[in-house]
Amino acid sequence: MSGIDRGRRRFLAVALTASGALVVGVRLALADDDVPLELIGDDLTQIGPFVRIERDNRVVIGARGCEIGQGVMTALPMLIAEELDVDWSEVRVIQLPYGYIETDEGPSNKYGDQGAGGSTSVPDAWKELREAGATARWLLVQAAAREWNLPADQLRTESGQVIAPDGRKLTYGALARSAASIDPPAEPPPLKKPDAFRIIGKPTRVVDARDIVTGRTRFGIDAYFAGALTAVILRCPYLDGTLDTLDDSDARQVAGVRDVIRIPGPKPDEPFSGPLADGVAVLAENTWAAIRGRNALKAAWKQGPWSKESTGALAAKANELLDGGGDGVAVRRDGDMAKAAKQSRYKIEARYEMPFLAHATMEPPGALIDLKQDSALLIASLQSPGGASEMINRLTGIPRTAIDVRMTRAGGGFGRRLENDFVAEAVLVAKAAGKPIKLMWTREDDLQHDFYRPFGVHALAATLDRRKKVTSWTHRCAATPRPYRENGRKRRIFDGCLEPDDFPAGLVANLDKTFFAVPSGMPRGWWRAPLHTFHAFSVQSFIDEVAIATKQDAVKLRLAMLGEPRQIPYSGHGGPFFDTGRLANVLTRCAGRIGWGVGRSDGHGIGIACHFTFGGYVAHAFEVSIEGSDLRIHRAVVVADVGRVVNPLGVEAQMMGGTIDGVSTALRLAITVKDGEVQQKNFPDYPLMRMADAPQSVEVEIVDSTADPSGAGEMGVPSAAPALANAIYAATTVRVRKLPIMPELRRML
Amino acid sequence: MQNEPDRRATPAAKPHSVSPPAVLAITINGKPYEHDGDPTMPLLWFLRDTLRLTGTKFGCGVGACGACTVLLDGKAARSCLLPMHDAAGHAVTTIEGLAGNALHPVQSAWIEEDVPQCGYCQAGQILAAVDLLQRKPRPGEEDIASITNLCRCGTYPRIRRAILRASEAMQAAKK
Repeated sequence: MSGIDRGRRRFLAVALTASGALVVGVRLALADDDVPLELIGDDLTQIGPFVRIERDNRVVIGARGCEIGQGVMTALPMLIAEELDVDWSEVRVIQLPYGYIETDEGPSNKYGDQGAGGSTSVPDAWKELREAGATARWLLVQAAAREWNLPADQLRTESGQVIAPDGRKLTYGALARSAASIDPPAEPPPLKKPDAFRIIGKPTRVVDARDIVTGRTRFGIDAYFAGALTAVILRCPYLDGTLDTLDDSDARQVAGVRDVIRIPGPKPDEPFSGPLADGVAVLAENTWAAIRGRNALKAAWKQGPWSKESTGALAAKANELLDGGGDGVAVRRDGDMAKAAKQSRYKIEARYEMPFLAHATMEPPGALIDLKQDSALLIASLQSPGGASEMINRLTGIPRTAIDVRMTRAGGGFGRRLENDFVAEAVLVAKAAGKPIKLMWTREDDLQHDFYRPFGVHALAATLDRRKKVTSWTHRCAATPRPYRENGRKRRIFDGCLEPDDFPAGLVANLDKTFFAVPSGMPRGWWRAPLHTFHAFSVQSFIDEVAIATKQDAVKLRLAMLGEPRQIPYSGHGGPFFDTGRLANVLTRCAGRIGWGVGRSDGHGIGIACHFTFGGYVAHAFEVSIEGSDLRIHRAVVVADVGRVVNPLGVEAQMMGGTIDGVSTALRLAITVKDGEVQQKNFPDYPLMRMADAPQSVEVEIVDSTADPSGAGEMGVPSAAPALANAIYAATTVRVRKLPIMPELRRML
Repeated sequence: MQNEPDRRATPAAKPHSVSPPAVLAITINGKPYEHDGDPTMPLLWFLRDTLRLTGTKFGCGVGACGACTVLLDGKAARSCLLPMHDAAGHAVTTIEGLAGNALHPVQSAWIEEDVPQCGYCQAGQILAAVDLLQRKPRPGEEDIASITNLCRCGTYPRIRRAILRASEAMQAAKK
């Protein structure tokens, strides 16, 4: 135990050297019990919420976001370092905890928005964190001005030093104490002009890569706590089912098992505000004992209200609704569809089926929680630390200011961790057990109890006049709605499945977008670029079909529809405008890069697609061939305009990874339900793409842009699947209209 | 406070460690350890829960994803399926034990090629690559494609480049 005590003392000692929160973060980020004091130093000065400077001029910058692989731990501190005017090589980055505070104006966060969703981390931080860096720099300059008795506007900064007109220099380290005592400016100081950037726009490697490749990084799953028991939960496999009978006598006999606790699930239709399923937790001294204890439970379940739900029945219901079994909800209506139909020369129709998808983060969900009488500590891989804090508050009554939420680097997110059901479970187990709890999810738990990307069928129709111009566009979608057990939020029933203003809205005079809700007990959630991956496949496959049916070039047809470069209103996330010229540009460049329109004699097919997602513009193209029943991807090209790029290496990684995610998912991934139970259990049933199937390279081209950054975590996914399906058509004349592709392709070839 | 090794699993012999249950001896990153708990416990959980060597990751528990890859007597093995009674008597290298005074060339190549995104699978990928390069110092495309570790972020193209870079570096070092 002495080691543990020593660790605690050192932790407290460090915490006393500087203002608390940041140092807590340091402790967590390093998490190597042999290093903290020495590496952190003991002469730190805090300047604003994000920056600490040591006397020896080392700079520590706090990273406020949830790092789920999208690169914010590198990109956000780059913004601060840029305006602070320090050398990136001198910067150490630490993870900040959740910064909830209560002010006279109400709840707030001393670090700003810390969640990870909607590709908003960089756009939200673009002005805010540069201003934080500029403010810290301003304070250091004021301190130097006092020291030298010179006007501040005669001083300049460079590489962590303030420089006087006569060449005298003072390091930030020497000025930090004095700077910390100066009041910050009323207005944020002016920011650098982009041509003065020395860090923003420079290819920058993952800042903590060395910790990752040496195994020192602590993910949520790697947090341990003295005295904590490990919990594994047996959850009802049936949607909204409940526990009927339980015999835990064998489980309690398993060596290392300490307790078995009931965790009640929600009632049907009750808003989601806790665990996702009815369950039984096994508490043990370690994970293996907990798993063995769970295996020894004898539970019988009642099937609940969705016992007849199956993927086949959902598809039948969706098609029935689309065949005229209901009016649906108007998503957007423009012009006069009847008149357009009368004047049409061509009419093309097609339906596309999209499966449920699981997030399958490599690190399964989990949480480490310590509940005290009036305070709580949570360490977990999160995307919504605010949601986690609210959840703990709701379930325990502990005031939010007394809930310490510490985010770690997360083993993937993709939207799964926007929900905090796993935090709720850990809280309920810890409350019942009266002990700190480390909740572990297995892969089976993860695939069977996710918030799935919705299932649905898209029915598209277009009419064209004799000059082959698209005169009307119909997009009717019947899907299990994204809103699931909504808790006070006012979401529209089609939110997360269809967006009123997405392409080609505003570009075709006559438009009908309609949504039909298919009832389902499957939990639904946000899955990377949520509604865009859900509908872009149908829109961008269909436009290819329209081009082929009317003997037009698929790129030229898209460009003709986009028309003159202009901004058209866009009410969804990523608006307020959609710039047709920026989408046309990525499409044109992508076509050029892949060699679109060049005659081929090798049997390879080329397909292309483009999409506007959350403010970013991306086009994909693939070159494929079919050998036997196998698909070979010879080339993958992605062109992205995501505004000004903070870290080119990071954006390239997101486009490469997004493309592979899009392809991996489109080729083989589907969650299916039968008799009210998810059928997939582990990776053998949910086969993520492996190295052997992945394209050897993804050619990424980033458009040089001066627009404000859009973020980059999600844009690389939506157009990948339709571009691939279009390429398969070009190679085979087989049109895949149902995902995943491979089972369909093998059926049709 | 966190991540302290469990003191019950101390390196070297313990005086009271008499059977039953049998004490299993194992070498991890060059140090001897003993396990007197459930002999069916997979090596993964001994590494993580007992020794707090958390660089070895849990991903699936069925040997499908490779996040738990370690080197067993120098060869890549999936520790989630390896019970302690089978692991005993062998020498295990985890990601924490791969670097000596300097990083292993594969680790350096991973940094150079900026491979990690979320980073969770990368310890397993690196150890799979180390194993591959021992068997195939100049790996071809098919050799690289034989690595079956999963990466949910889609870092495969950079993994591929990092393996080729490490191969070059290791060949150059031999000369």
